[in-house]
Amino acid sequence: MNMSSRAERSVVEGPRDGTSPVIPRDPSTALGMTTRLDGELLEVSMGPQHPSTHGVFRMNVALDGETVVKLKPVFGYLHRNHEKIGENTSYLGSMPYTDRLDYFCSLTNNWAYALSVEKLAGIEVPERAEYLRIILAELTRLQNHASLLGFLLSDMGAWGTPLMYAFREREKILDLFESLAGSRMMCDYMRFGGCRVDAGPDWIGRAKKVLDAFPRFLDEFEKLLVSNEIVIARTQHIGKLTADLAISAGITGPMLRASGVNYDLRKVDGYGFYPRFKFRVPLGDHGDTYDRLMMRVLEMRESIEILKQAFEQIPAGPVMNPKVKLRSFRPPVGEAYGRIEGPKGELGFYLISDGSSNPYRYRVRPPSFINLTILEDLCLGHTVADVMVILGSVDIVMGEVDR
Amino acid sequence: MSEQIDEGLKSELQKQGIWVTSTQELYNWGRRNSIWPLQFGLACCAIEMIATAASRYDLARFGGEVFRPSPRQADLMIVAGTVTKKMAPQIVRLYNQMPDPKYVISMGACAISGGPFKQGYNVLKGIDRYIPVDVYIPGCPPRPEALLHAFMELQRKIDGQKLTGENKAAHLDRAQPSEFPVPAFGAHDLEPPSNLDLFRPPQIERV
Repeated sequence: MNMSSRAERSVVEGPRDGTSPVIPRDPSTALGMTTRLDGELLEVSMGPQHPSTHGVFRMNVALDGETVVKLKPVFGYLHRNHEKIGENTSYLGSMPYTDRLDYFCSLTNNWAYALSVEKLAGIEVPERAEYLRIILAELTRLQNHASLLGFLLSDMGAWGTPLMYAFREREKILDLFESLAGSRMMCDYMRFGGCRVDAGPDWIGRAKKVLDAFPRFLDEFEKLLVSNEIVIARTQHIGKLTADLAISAGITGPMLRASGVNYDLRKVDGYGFYPRFKFRVPLGDHGDTYDRLMMRVLEMRESIEILKQAFEQIPAGPVMNPKVKLRSFRPPVGEAYGRIEGPKGELGFYLISDGSSNPYRYRVRPPSFINLTILEDLCLGHTVADVMVILGSVDIVMGEVDR
Repeated sequence: MSEQIDEGLKSELQKQGIWVTSTQELYNWGRRNSIWPLQFGLACCAIEMIATAASRYDLARFGGEVFRPSPRQADLMIVAGTVTKKMAPQIVRLYNQMPDPKYVISMGACAISGGPFKQGYNVLKGIDRYIPVDVYIPGCPPRPEALLHAFMELQRKIDGQKLTGENKAAHLDRAQPSEFPVPAFGAHDLEPPSNLDLFRPPQIERV
């Protein structure tokens, strides 16, 4: 694993051995004074309005002094009936709703939904459309990871600057989305059997320009991050996730790979044309917040590689399968599960068709929600200030968690 | 009062280096240029709100970059995103906790009317059922420019508020409520489903 910071780590924090967290369980021994309220626990409700809960998420935290001894997440503040609406809407009509699931990554949501419908109805996708999908998905990954890093650093107290840097880059990518799909965030771009409009040569040229400028931002950001003493002190050893727990809890995405499990759907499933591309899957080996943070930086570097290859290989041709009738779309009876490697993890759509124009069952497998289930395991034993950082490193979007 | 100062005289004096103003003008000038929004986002629109405050659009040009995490320090509530029935009581409570004068921007289709999720069983069909809204921004989500426009509209509104007289601003009128009842999460719906002192559902006349 290519992490240049390994050498600096031991200097700042010392060896990472056993399972004991940095914060001692009993503060009375640490500083020679008693901070606990004679064994009484303090229950704090964090959220739903909290400056860094990444949306309307609430945690009931039981604190012993400053140490978390219990954490109970409370969901549902953004439950907007996505799945129920999906069952009452036509297959095409659900496409704009998928934009609003994980509102950072509308294009990967589109792709996952389109993929499952294509599986359900057995639709072929033209080659150029597949390439466009890969380009847009990787651009989405870039802007999602960039803004995640900005948010995570602002959770640590670096208010403003990292977020400004990240959003500056994000705006450039959103400009590309806007000129292609007509909307900055809610792109609604993909269709079953291809993509809605073709990207002109000038768009590809502009995208290349944005891509060429991106590594500079990434280098700058990495310089700020990797050896920054505060970042290291706030993230290393914090929120360790073991590979066993990650696998048994169904964790996917960068969070799983930060724990050292080599599982990337782009390699495992090989959906789209990903087998044609050469890229590496970065892996972490401690599974702490720092690894999860660096995982995003490394994944962005791999995404840049994929994008470079895609811009070279993209063929000319149609972007839409002419046989698909989107308006009166009725897939055959059956069921299908389509999944992709979204920026946050495995995003899947499970559809059951009864032959009518609406799906009989429409189920989303949201990576944010399932990655959030182990939040208590990550936070126990750490201080209440670390909870925000751990939550930030899980990378949740409430639109997807509550649906 | 600003109306009592002759505009010609005022500009003549300004040429002589004398600046004449009224308390109302000065007060509103200060208020409109330092609106502190409450830092809270609900859904997709919150990301556009952050983008507005971030590098490219820079809400600081209008004096609105000081996002306060506490309602006690905030002047403006930007309801950015879908308001669900579980979240609505908290929003009304946050509004009640804000000190007067306070303003509300209803950002996006969901906060105005429920938007694309209107048919959902858990979605409130517009935050104006419970709290008074000053500026509405349509869009799903509205662009950052639209939020800036709404911000400027709000500044214009603040600029026009009177300190005394018949039409004085609501926050100076003791008869006007500054807090609104918080709805309860009932068995089937929010109770009451809307604050009828505030919300007048549109009357549709069918011919």
